[in-house]
Amino acid sequence: MRTLAQRFAFVAGMLGAVALIVLGRVDVSTVETARQQVVDAAAPILDALSQPVVTVNRLVQEGQEILNIRSENAQLRADRERLMQWQAAARRLETENQTLKGLLNFQPGPAVSYVSARVVADTGGAFVHSLILTTGTDAGVRKGQAVVTGDGLIGRVASVGKLAARLLLITDLNSRIPVVIEQTRVRAIMAGNNTNRPKLIHLPTGAVISKGDRVVTSGHGGAFPPGLPIGMVSAVSDTGIEVQPFVDRDSVEYVRILDYGLEGIIRDLPSAGGTAASRRK
Amino acid sequence: MRRTVWHRMDALSRQLTPVLLTLVLVIVGVVAFHVPGWARVAPLLSLLAVYHWAVYRPDLMPVYAVFGIGFLQDALAGTPMGLFTLLYLMAYGVVVSQQRFLTGKAFFVVWIGFVLISAGVMALGWILISALSAGVVDPEALLFQYLLGVGLYPMVARLFLSWQTRILRPV
Repeated sequence: MRTLAQRFAFVAGMLGAVALIVLGRVDVSTVETARQQVVDAAAPILDALSQPVVTVNRLVQEGQEILNIRSENAQLRADRERLMQWQAAARRLETENQTLKGLLNFQPGPAVSYVSARVVADTGGAFVHSLILTTGTDAGVRKGQAVVTGDGLIGRVASVGKLAARLLLITDLNSRIPVVIEQTRVRAIMAGNNTNRPKLIHLPTGAVISKGDRVVTSGHGGAFPPGLPIGMVSAVSDTGIEVQPFVDRDSVEYVRILDYGLEGIIRDLPSAGGTAASRRK
Repeated sequence: MRRTVWHRMDALSRQLTPVLLTLVLVIVGVVAFHVPGWARVAPLLSLLAVYHWAVYRPDLMPVYAVFGIGFLQDALAGTPMGLFTLLYLMAYGVVVSQQRFLTGKAFFVVWIGFVLISAGVMALGWILISALSAGVVDPEALLFQYLLGVGLYPMVARLFLSWQTRILRPV
């Protein structure tokens, strides 16, 4: 800090940064719009940069696949046999379900449409768990929509611009998702904690949860459609119940953004869906 | 006359490279590499660059550039806006105030400086993020991110030092 002008610039910069943090808490939409504009501008660069990475990864993956082709084949045969049995069971249940729905005069929910998008950035290190996708409002993507891969739920759209959208992963510190244990129908909230193992909180007293239970979205709060697979309970201990998500964040190249026509609580409360839930703790 | 104009433009474009390189590192730092486990502990490449240029050429890394770099880092990484802006400015302020101590010292001393500065940035970031979010950030991943940054610094610094002798020497 040699001259007075430099000193002044430094103090002004610090004050500007603090003002930005405060403004980000008070006037969320303005700050988020500014952020989204930067992300929109950077999206084409990120898209171009991620292409060679994808190519190299694909080559490596293909090499590994050729090496493992025999064992994989045996595995797939075994899987196929098992799945054929499941298919028979599913067919039977489907007919039964149709009959019962007919008896109850069941009104089906709205049809699902979806938008596919490429993952171009995986950001934040240990501080934030989010991805940047190459799709935006032009494709009909809206804030709060659920994002899935073939394996299950990966997160929700946290903010969206014209060309790019930010996906908040289910493992992020600010992610709170109403879930239900598939078998026992025990409700809970799955809270991210910036590790690979989000935790279940707000369980009803006396609820029994065991390792290996499947966790799916409950659809409560109207933010997510019910029944999307999330993960499996991987550990139950005094420190909490950990869930291992089905989706492996590192290998995800493409995702699907679901549109169920849900309006949801996230759109009504744009100021971070998570904070309200955590204060009730 | 014409020669001096070209001369000046040449010098100016060389002088801009430290800031541009740092901006490139911000973007490279968020590209999805699809390497298992990487994203959780990806080091803050831009912090390495801000520190390096603040030590060796603070005249080419002015305060407003640090502000812009922090702003871009926040916008792309999804951290609360202003967070890295503040942290980078603080790191920059500390380094520039220690200028007299750091100039002309062996590389090892500069590296130790980075070890300390980035520890401060990580710890403060941990506190601020935890305060602004719904819970406490996992310190384990943060520690690995910090160690990766510290380990990467000599490599990045080597690149920048050779850049300094080749591209920046005439200015």
